[in-house]
Amino acid sequence: MNLTIQLFATFRNNRFKEAQMQFADAITLGQVIAELEITIGEVGMVLVNGRHAPMDQELSDGQLVALFPMLSGG
Amino acid sequence: MMAHTLAKEKNMDKILRVNMSNLSTSSENVPAEWAGLGGRALTSTIVAKEVIPTCHPLGKNNKLVFAPGMLSGTAAANTGRLSAGAKSPLTGTIKESNVGGTAAQMFARLGIKAMIIEGLPTGDAWYGVHVSKDGVVITEETELIGKGNFAVVEALELRFGKKTGVLSIGTAGEMRMLTSNISVKDTDSKIRSHGRGGLGALMGSKKIKFIAIDDTAAPGITLADPDKFKEAARIFAKALISHPATGEGLPTFGTAEMVNIVNAAGGLPTRNFTYGQFEGRENISGETMRETIIERGGKPKHGCQSGCIIQCSQVYNDKDGNYVTSGLEYETIELMGANACVGNLDDIAAADYVMDDIGVDSIETAVTFGVAMEAGVLPFGDGKEVLRILTDEIGRGTPLGRILGSGAGNVGKIYGITRVPVVKNQGIPAYDPRSIKGIGITYATSTMGADHTAGYAVGTNLMGVGGGIVDPLKKDGQVDLSRHVQIAAIMLDSLGLCLFVGFPAADVPTCVPSLIDMLNARFGLELTPEWIGGLGMTTLKTERAFNIAAGFTNIHDRLPEFFEEPLLPHNAVWDFTGDEIDEFWNF
Ligand code: SF4
Repeated sequence: MNLTIQLFATFRNNRFKEAQMQFADAITLGQVIAELEITIGEVGMVLVNGRHAPMDQELSDGQLVALFPMLSGG
Repeated sequence: MMAHTLAKEKNMDKILRVNMSNLSTSSENVPAEWAGLGGRALTSTIVAKEVIPTCHPLGKNNKLVFAPGMLSGTAAANTGRLSAGAKSPLTGTIKESNVGGTAAQMFARLGIKAMIIEGLPTGDAWYGVHVSKDGVVITEETELIGKGNFAVVEALELRFGKKTGVLSIGTAGEMRMLTSNISVKDTDSKIRSHGRGGLGALMGSKKIKFIAIDDTAAPGITLADPDKFKEAARIFAKALISHPATGEGLPTFGTAEMVNIVNAAGGLPTRNFTYGQFEGRENISGETMRETIIERGGKPKHGCQSGCIIQCSQVYNDKDGNYVTSGLEYETIELMGANACVGNLDDIAAADYVMDDIGVDSIETAVTFGVAMEAGVLPFGDGKEVLRILTDEIGRGTPLGRILGSGAGNVGKIYGITRVPVVKNQGIPAYDPRSIKGIGITYATSTMGADHTAGYAVGTNLMGVGGGIVDPLKKDGQVDLSRHVQIAAIMLDSLGLCLFVGFPAADVPTCVPSLIDMLNARFGLELTPEWIGGLGMTTLKTERAFNIAAGFTNIHDRLPEFFEEPLLPHNAVWDFTGDEIDEFWNF
């Protein structure tokens, strides 16, 4: 299935800003992050279609995953 | 010309009074009940005790109180914040506005625990105030009247020396506009601001154009236990560096890092709070700002005061590599860029410079532009017209400039607009409360009017700061979260800590104990972490009591009605009942 992956801040270094990527059906959020070679500990915020989601959530075709390192402060 | 000598009791902290009614100054010993206070806890205590809550904010009974934080002036990192307190001309509530720059450290080294400016001069003359180890001198000022803040800083450095500290108002403050702020010189002779609440108008009403500070041969800080202090300061610095927000995020992307985060969460105020996401957000993001700054030879990280090891500030240059502005904050970028749809960093940076120069709060002013655009005063996204209006209308006090200079709430009334994002007449900062609900509770309940720094629930709502995410789209837990971070904010504002210390304070176990150790080693006390929580609660209650006496009720702790309209992309609505919000005060 297809997912849109958006990366932000330092996650973009040596990766990309936004990409359409193919994943196995019923893959979990945690597995997607692992495939991107990002460790869960580095993740500050991850949103699936704009909402916070647990790492064991199964994803479905066409969803948008946005990944941020730990950042905070306005 | 009057002077009062402080030199005698060299190492005793003092309260300075500047009476503008008779142009006299005096210094007093610190009363016992104020001895354990600093920063916001002290300014709010003084305002609550000495200012008549129902007074006119620009009249003879209001006072402008400055107080450095309890740890300001020491060598500890990020401790040089200055609090300014008063009854706010913008909101009519009590106000504490907090700033970086160099003034707090200078006040603290001079042994000035607080400076209270009271009374009103008769006549039309303007004054400058000069503070040094020898006391306070009030002098009539003519040369700098009508000048912008940058010219004031430059002239005062020529007059008093490069190292002079400066607090000043621009033309907006001279005209007593409700959006006007008090500027504070930073380490590069540029400007940080006591931004919120219209305190520039108050300083203008007292006819003070500037306060210059000379800390030559200041007594300095005497530590009760220097070794213990040094050790605690080292642990504290380590905590700041070890947290990803303060050690990596802020120094890399500045506060503008929030643009993409808040956009992704659907809470990025866009087109006067009509949408929660902005198409052009990548152009105004922290990531883009960093690239642009590096490309043009600016500074991607920069401290606004000595001893800052977080360095969230930056120096932004134009295409030709010339300085445009520094300290370009997320709030300004977001509210100008997405909410007023200006959409490009160059126009926002240019506007930021002018706002600093004429001396208006960049949050209130940018929110005002959003409302004015909805009213048709200028088109959404017209950055050039924003710049013209700032310079030629607000900066000069034309009738339109005076209208826009009176803030978002008043502009909404004057033009008959219902989508007016204010609480207690203060503009709502750059997080939509419908999709980041914790910050909505802070906007509603803060004693300051809408203010994100009064209780920054965003960190927990979006990033799980302090032990896990409180879902920003649900009501559960938001009231408790907001109360918790509002109390914590008072700790930061009272100790003189930069707001961002809140992140390591919440997440790094050694951080708060090191702060307590520093306080104890500084003052020879035996305070506990509970004491800090107690200080926060007491101060919050003191502030609320002032507001109630000034005529505010729980009905003022509400968000504007338009937040009941659904916000894309989540169709989020503000659906807290009044009773649910009022739970905030149950402590
Ligand atoms: S982190 Fe930013 S606001 Fe805080 S002291 Fe440093 S530069 Fe100033």
